[in-house]
Amino acid sequence: MNITEKILARAAGKTSLSPDDVVFVNVDKVMVHDVSGPGVIAVFEKLKKKGMKIEKLWDASKVWVAEDHFVPSPDKVSAQNIVLLSDFTKQFGISKHFKYGMGQYGICHTLSHEEAMVLPGEVYVGGDSHTNTTGALGAFAAGLGHTDVAYVLLNGKIWFKVPETLYFKLNGKLPNHVMAKDFILKIIGDIGTDGAAYKTMQFGGNGILEMSVEERLTLTNMTTEAGAKSGIIEPDQKTRDYLAARGATKYDEIHGDANSEYEKIYEYDASELEPIVAKPFSPENIAEARDLSTTSLDKAYIGSCTGAKYEDLQAVARILKGRQVKIRTEILPAAISIFRKAMDEGLVKIFMDAGAVVGPPTCGACCGAHMGVLAKDEVCISTTNRNFPGRMGHVESKTYLASPLVVAASAVTGKITDPRDLK
Amino acid sequence: MEPFKIIKSIATPLDKVNVDTDQIIPKQFLKLVQKTGFGQYLFYDWRFSTDGTPKEDFILNNPKYRDSKILLTRDNFGCGSSREHAVWALLDYGFVVVIAPSFADIFYNNCFKNGILPIKLDRKKIESLFKTNSEIEVNLENQTIIIPNETISFDIESHRKKTLLEGLDDISITLQYEDKISQYEKSQIVF
Repeated sequence: MNITEKILARAAGKTSLSPDDVVFVNVDKVMVHDVSGPGVIAVFEKLKKKGMKIEKLWDASKVWVAEDHFVPSPDKVSAQNIVLLSDFTKQFGISKHFKYGMGQYGICHTLSHEEAMVLPGEVYVGGDSHTNTTGALGAFAAGLGHTDVAYVLLNGKIWFKVPETLYFKLNGKLPNHVMAKDFILKIIGDIGTDGAAYKTMQFGGNGILEMSVEERLTLTNMTTEAGAKSGIIEPDQKTRDYLAARGATKYDEIHGDANSEYEKIYEYDASELEPIVAKPFSPENIAEARDLSTTSLDKAYIGSCTGAKYEDLQAVARILKGRQVKIRTEILPAAISIFRKAMDEGLVKIFMDAGAVVGPPTCGACCGAHMGVLAKDEVCISTTNRNFPGRMGHVESKTYLASPLVVAASAVTGKITDPRDLK
Repeated sequence: MEPFKIIKSIATPLDKVNVDTDQIIPKQFLKLVQKTGFGQYLFYDWRFSTDGTPKEDFILNNPKYRDSKILLTRDNFGCGSSREHAVWALLDYGFVVVIAPSFADIFYNNCFKNGILPIKLDRKKIESLFKTNSEIEVNLENQTIIIPNETISFDIESHRKKTLLEGLDDISITLQYEDKISQYEKSQIVF
């Protein structure tokens, strides 16, 4: 069995599983945020009207809550939802609630690894499509709709059809100008936005072993954009060190067997990869950054669960150090812990010296909700993960997706720029 | 959930691939927490101009499809965000069947939780449906779509079929065992 099959087998109490088997699994962790949380509460209300008594959750210690989409509250309705969420965690005794303005908080997927909320070998589900992110730690991580999350909260179980696995092997270390974001955009361009529908995307090979945990998280985060059920990477010493630095040392790692089977193996040579940009209006609509060097931009956005981790900010700082931005440049670290580190290590000063604005963690503009949405005809280059029509604001705005290096280089020139071409 | 009945309706042809949930229900409506009332916001940016007037060239604004209960579309429908609001909006608007060559996974699952029947058909059959300009009949019991001069069969997992026909969502199914659940809970010692 491969790692995904073994994790699901463990959670289902089975000795063996194959793709397409349907199993009920015990869930180890579940997450809701300020959009899915109120959605779940709505499902609970409906059940109560039907006469069901909901007095406790299956296990409040396994549930954690993030406030990320509509914080800081842009309006009264959003503010009310945050109150609703606080009432909910209080009522059901959920202690892990990361509140905006109360110490650590941030984007849910970022907290999942920054706070070691999810561990190798676990089954983790969340009320958000990018829940896949945390699979980079060697867990089975998948997003669910609100009704499914409500079910898990009450029963601690959920059924899955064991997915087929597509294996992406990276041979060699990525060159300095290429990031994990370029690699995953290249893959999505190759297989399409439904290329991995109901499949697991697993990443391996010596190029992945060379890659930091934060970069690996970019790969698994974007598996959602290829329609994947989950993304996963086998845990190794880097994973252990990353988790140990966050106080997590006790967990049962699961690894695929030597004879693991995959539906298909794709091989990529790191030395052949180029800085890639996904053009509007789909993550699969890719081009090499150099081929878009005449594209003028209005704004550069560095934020989100996929593009504002500490190493993403370091990449941006390498470019912006001693340079000035030519277009509006907004930098929103993905969690307070990352913001603090960026401040302590001098990154925030570099950003501000360059003329960029630094803001609080939020999903805000990535999902077009608030905190820097785009106007009609505005063109943005962004480290985020989606560029559907209207995703970041007006339906006639345009978003190009790229790595932190490409976005920062483009911020300096005002046009889409390969970092190698920066003077 | 209402038990699923035979649906007779013209199908609204939405000739687009990769329709994502941001298009089905734009982000500004995600703050609303009730499960009903989302229909007015369905495909909002496609249906309405910025001043709120309906866009005449968008298919849902064609009076011919006003009472349509069936949405006919292309590959990978429902991709992107996991927001269940997308399904709530389709249902609230009046769609109870969505037919496409393929669906995004979370969206597909969310349909069954709310009483929408998503039907996967191969592209050739989808083409015949796009060419059909009259009322069609979707019969879940028989797993057929009847169009003039042709009956198209479709596949559906048996337990999904049963739950839709009986109007049971996952939670209702669990509630059928409430006696046993209470009995079990009573037998557990709580510390």
